[in-house]
Amino acid sequence: MINKDLVIIGGGPAGLSAAKLAAESGLSSLIVERDFKLGGQLVKQTHMFFGSEKQYAKTRGIDIAKILVDDVLKYPEMVEVMTDTTVVGLYEDKVITLLHNDEYIKVQSKAIIIATGASEKVLAFPNNDLPGIYGAGAVQTLMNVNGVLPGNDVVMVGSGNIGLIVSYQLIQAGVNVKCVIEASSSIGGYKVHASKLKRLGVDILTSHSVKRANGTEALESIVISKLDNNWDYIEGTEKTIEVDSLCISVGLSPLSSLLSMIGVDMKYVSSLGGLVPYIDSHHETSVKDVYVAGDVCGVEEASSAIVEGYLTGLIVASSLGFKHENYDELYRDFKAQLENLRSGPFGEKTREGLQEIARDHDVK
Amino acid sequence: MSKKDTIICRCEDVTLEDVEAIMNEGYTSFEEIKRILRVGMGPCQGNTCGQLLQREISKFLKVPLNEVETHKVRPLITGVKLKSIVEATKDES
Repeated sequence: MINKDLVIIGGGPAGLSAAKLAAESGLSSLIVERDFKLGGQLVKQTHMFFGSEKQYAKTRGIDIAKILVDDVLKYPEMVEVMTDTTVVGLYEDKVITLLHNDEYIKVQSKAIIIATGASEKVLAFPNNDLPGIYGAGAVQTLMNVNGVLPGNDVVMVGSGNIGLIVSYQLIQAGVNVKCVIEASSSIGGYKVHASKLKRLGVDILTSHSVKRANGTEALESIVISKLDNNWDYIEGTEKTIEVDSLCISVGLSPLSSLLSMIGVDMKYVSSLGGLVPYIDSHHETSVKDVYVAGDVCGVEEASSAIVEGYLTGLIVASSLGFKHENYDELYRDFKAQLENLRSGPFGEKTREGLQEIARDHDVK
Repeated sequence: MSKKDTIICRCEDVTLEDVEAIMNEGYTSFEEIKRILRVGMGPCQGNTCGQLLQREISKFLKVPLNEVETHKVRPLITGVKLKSIVEATKDES
């Protein structure tokens, strides 16, 4: 058994930021990452971020990943990193079991930060298992990390920011994006992204969904249909579109499996993406010394995950006796940044969702 | 609509037709359906099919999505060779 003060599960924006603030406070940590490299989903985000400079606005996602990784590599004695390593078990006494190259490793930790992020949602329609049907995030990985095009003719399902940005990146890569369809009566993402697509001649069809896919060996065409106010298909509005790829971008769902394993109190909150843990203002779950940061406690932008990581790292270090010299100042700053990121109309659902999972009448 | 071509659980190849048939027999909780059809017991451990099955149960029982309980996840989350576990624990008393 290996003993650690802090294990951080997930080496994406939240996990890396938590490790940085823990190290700055004097607390060592171990980051466990399933992928071959650190950075999480930032490594495929070639677009520039919005927001304020504190969260690296006007910087490309892939470059933010480099900054966050370099930040923790500055502390080689404090931050240990295990990549290509999967957490296979989590137990209430804070024992974590890891698998790395067929080696099974047991770790006892004093505190744990779960920063596992989220996974893509899918849709149920006939022939939804045909080759050529992808999650939009998967397509982004394929194109921007592996340099492989998904196909020639694509329809995007979902007009949230991921759907809009990936559609634009598909066009940049030379793929014909036939249209974007959206089940809701309005476009989900930022207008600036939607306008870019419109200017390139891509239609965004609201109140539309995919009814079925056709093909024998692989995807050949899809049938789309208009939806009524109850989101039911309207008969007679079907249209067949020839495509070899379909991208599904209908939202993300928090990766809460590890939380379920140790019986953390959770609630289904649709505005946060699905099943999320109840947390207090310190991001601690109902299981003592088990904390969460990032999309696992509510799907938001990467900028929020970064700040939540900083905040949680700062708090956990302090709870283990390593109080940062500027604790009060940083605590106030991170809380203010989060409040700022969640202000305005786009943050409304997040604000309401977080009220629902607040423990002890405490707000995140 | 061809429900036998609509896949709910990719890992275990479970269709919407399979799920509706079992719900019509009276098995309407996630845990029951999981035990009978193995939904959520494959490599993805319910990360993909979980929300799809939850939605189908919600539609069938006519209850809001947030009232449909999903399944309990248990270790180990992915396949681990017994040899690996034995080698890691042989020095323990």
